[in-house]
Amino acid sequence: MLYREAGQFKSSYEADGQIFPLRQDRLGIALLLVLAFVAIPQFASAYYFSAILIPFLIFSLAALGLNILTGYAGQLSLGSAAFMAVGAFSAYNFILRIPGIPLLLAFVLGGLSAALVGIAFGLPSLRIRGFYLAASTLATQFFVVWALTKIQWFTNYSSSGVITAQKMEMFGYEFSSPASKYLLVLAIVSVMALLAKNMVRSNVGRSWMAVRDMDVAAEVIGIRLMRTKLLAFAVSSFYCGVAGALYAFAYLGTVEPEAYSLDLSFRILFMVIIGGLGSILGSFLGAAFIVLLPVFLNVFAHALSLPTSVASNLELMVFGALIIFFLIVEPHGLARLWQIAKEKLRLWPFPH
Amino acid sequence: MTAMNQEPTRKIGDVILDLRHISLSFGGVKALTDISFDVREHEIRAIIGPNGAGKSSMLNVINGVYRPQEGEIIYRGEHLRDMNTYAAAKSGIARTFQNIALFKGMSVLDNIMTGRNLQIKTNFLLQALYLGPARKEEIAHRVKVEEVIDFLEIQHIRKTPVGRLPYGLQKRVELGRALAAEPQILLLDEPMAGMNVEEKQDMCRFILDVNAQFGTTIVLIEHDMGVVMDISDRVVVLDYGKKIGDGTPDAVRSNQDVINAYLGVAH
Amino acid sequence: MNLNFFFEVLIGGLLSGVMYALVALGFVLIYKASGVFNFAQGAMVFFAALTCVSLVNHWGFPLWVAILTTIATMAVLGVLIERIVLRPLVNQPEISLFMATIGLSFFIEGMAQLMWGAEVQRLDLGIEDVPMESLLTNFNIIVSKFDVVAACICAILVTCLALFFSRTKIGRALRAVADDHQAALAVGIPLQHIWGIVWAVAGFVAMVAGLLWGSRNGVQFSLTFVALKALPVLILGGFTSVPGAIIGGLIIGSTEKLAEVYLGPFVGGGIEGWFPYVLALLFLLVRPEGLFGEKIIRRI
Repeated sequence: MLYREAGQFKSSYEADGQIFPLRQDRLGIALLLVLAFVAIPQFASAYYFSAILIPFLIFSLAALGLNILTGYAGQLSLGSAAFMAVGAFSAYNFILRIPGIPLLLAFVLGGLSAALVGIAFGLPSLRIRGFYLAASTLATQFFVVWALTKIQWFTNYSSSGVITAQKMEMFGYEFSSPASKYLLVLAIVSVMALLAKNMVRSNVGRSWMAVRDMDVAAEVIGIRLMRTKLLAFAVSSFYCGVAGALYAFAYLGTVEPEAYSLDLSFRILFMVIIGGLGSILGSFLGAAFIVLLPVFLNVFAHALSLPTSVASNLELMVFGALIIFFLIVEPHGLARLWQIAKEKLRLWPFPH
Repeated sequence: MTAMNQEPTRKIGDVILDLRHISLSFGGVKALTDISFDVREHEIRAIIGPNGAGKSSMLNVINGVYRPQEGEIIYRGEHLRDMNTYAAAKSGIARTFQNIALFKGMSVLDNIMTGRNLQIKTNFLLQALYLGPARKEEIAHRVKVEEVIDFLEIQHIRKTPVGRLPYGLQKRVELGRALAAEPQILLLDEPMAGMNVEEKQDMCRFILDVNAQFGTTIVLIEHDMGVVMDISDRVVVLDYGKKIGDGTPDAVRSNQDVINAYLGVAH
Repeated sequence: MNLNFFFEVLIGGLLSGVMYALVALGFVLIYKASGVFNFAQGAMVFFAALTCVSLVNHWGFPLWVAILTTIATMAVLGVLIERIVLRPLVNQPEISLFMATIGLSFFIEGMAQLMWGAEVQRLDLGIEDVPMESLLTNFNIIVSKFDVVAACICAILVTCLALFFSRTKIGRALRAVADDHQAALAVGIPLQHIWGIVWAVAGFVAMVAGLLWGSRNGVQFSLTFVALKALPVLILGGFTSVPGAIIGGLIIGSTEKLAEVYLGPFVGGGIEGWFPYVLALLFLLVRPEGLFGEKIIRRI
């Protein structure tokens, strides 16, 4: 009853093409933004920032990147962590070697470096499809992480291989408290999410989806496959690169190759699958799910006094079972479930 | 419709597409053998023939999906050894497919919008920002696409994902996607397959309207002889990859070779 | 260049390639029969090995009893997988099935460790890891007896499987199912039974692979990564070919070792981790369907 769209007629294509056409949705998102930017910093504790909110935002960004590549453009990738690593190491090196470089610029350059690597390793997608492509993205994952470990210049010849990320500073203000880091990450992720949403509902997004659904037909109507696929790799890697830089600077505090292992690539893939392939909202929902699940399981295991090893194995089993569950029950993920819930809300309290 | 030239341009013009001595084979199988025919501007040209005659392959050669081993294509005076899909699309050739080639994950509106992709000039960065030029362009193309939607009478399903639509409507949407590209030549591969009488009448009406109002040249593969005889100006008949008839519907109808081919007389 | 050393590395590589091939075989079996790329094969290898080893070490079963029990367990697992995971997903696109098997692999890994614990366990199959006397004395080449025995076991297994597929009625049914599920159903082939059989056989192959790998390196979690190594093998050999899996395995095994020994020192070592994948990638660029794979024709 509250969620009716009756009476909200659109009298221009511009109005019809809004991101949030319903007034209730606009209210909702406005409230959410106020909550995120204003309320949470006031009330949340440092633990929530560091352990939940910041990783959630960073993973959402990475999931967005992978969603663009796999969900929208249909190119299955198991190498997202490698692109995150490139972003992190590039940002570190730019800040290290160009004194006084603005923080955001370093992040952008990190993303661009990741994009270049993405294009290089995306070239095979012009000939290879499906699982073969996924297998070849493994080459990316292993090779890139190996290169970052072996080539000493990247780690500034550090003996331990683990380097501390520099402090984040902008205009003399240092982002050291969890709340300030949270706000910085939130701002970056919000802007990039908006850009992503705009892209996927414009021509470039449609081209990606066309390539995903039937690339031969896409070619016939004039979509250039090479450009479209490589652009998907580039944009996706850019997003993962920035996420990787944030991962190092705002979360871990260190820049180390081990943090960007195959395991992380899989986690991001799971976020995208569970959240919903081909959905911006899905990336966020999936990330939230994957970040919160271990927390819940830990609490659960604690309540039952189970040893931590049991908890972590349970986590694996629950992950796996949930992936299968989602693929069977709702292959379009949490995003679709959310949509269905909204449809039901439209009619509530009436049954049909 | 919109401010288009309201005078139906039915005057058939000069040769716009000339196919000469096209031969196409896949491995050992000869799909097309020495086929030559031409298509005049603004006409409706039908390609008919028994199953397996090579009709779809012929269309695929025209818009660059297949490259013929021999022969040449002369399009608008330009001699081309063969055509590639991008060049074909860019020079105004659009088509529909026998087994629908729509993008199942997108809505009807989005599918037809993809037909506009060659006309969209802004790059992805501008689209990401969605300010000024990108926004204006998106709206302008939306206007054009809505014209196509009105023309094909599919307003009520514009937001539906195409995978959910019945076969006949999907075919209509595919036609819409082709029309959205404002093509000069429209290649239709069995546009009426699997349709009932009413749907066929609608489809005929659309094809004739497109030809009359926009002057689009139409090359059409069709099995329904009634339709072919009714709406086409000239007909090409293929059998086992060879051309066995070429002329007006009446001439072809009384051609003994054509009759033999359809009746299955051994030859 | 020391020729003897080269042969040692080569033969060592070939033999480890045989092991890769064994794991790859499991993939090929399932892909051939159900069109599913079973990412969980590695987890199955791990689970089978862990079950067998734990039965021996913790419950005191004699080895042959443990092996039989494990075979039975894997068969049951196979049937369960088919019923719970595959059947509901029958008409979904391949990618969904692939991702379901990724989920399955995580599930099986967690379950294996939950059931049997996470410590590394030693497995003694009774074959010693000592150089073969004959080769050592005659050619001065060090090749482990264990590796040779493993290769023989593999060869026998592969031959049996190849015969099974081409000569028996069930094998023919499997090939029919792999080609076209609907057509196979139409001819009356009991799809579910077939899939159950296939997964059980794949489980058996996984067990053999797991036992051989496990007795060489100890049964531990990293066994699951062996499955990842099978991917380049499959890429080279094609996803649907049994001989392809063997040849692919041999190529990957040997080039991996040779690259590590001869190219490794120039770039700081550790090449083994990515070399097979890059090799497979380059190969795919030339032949997108692998050495023996079927050419994919898409009609429009």
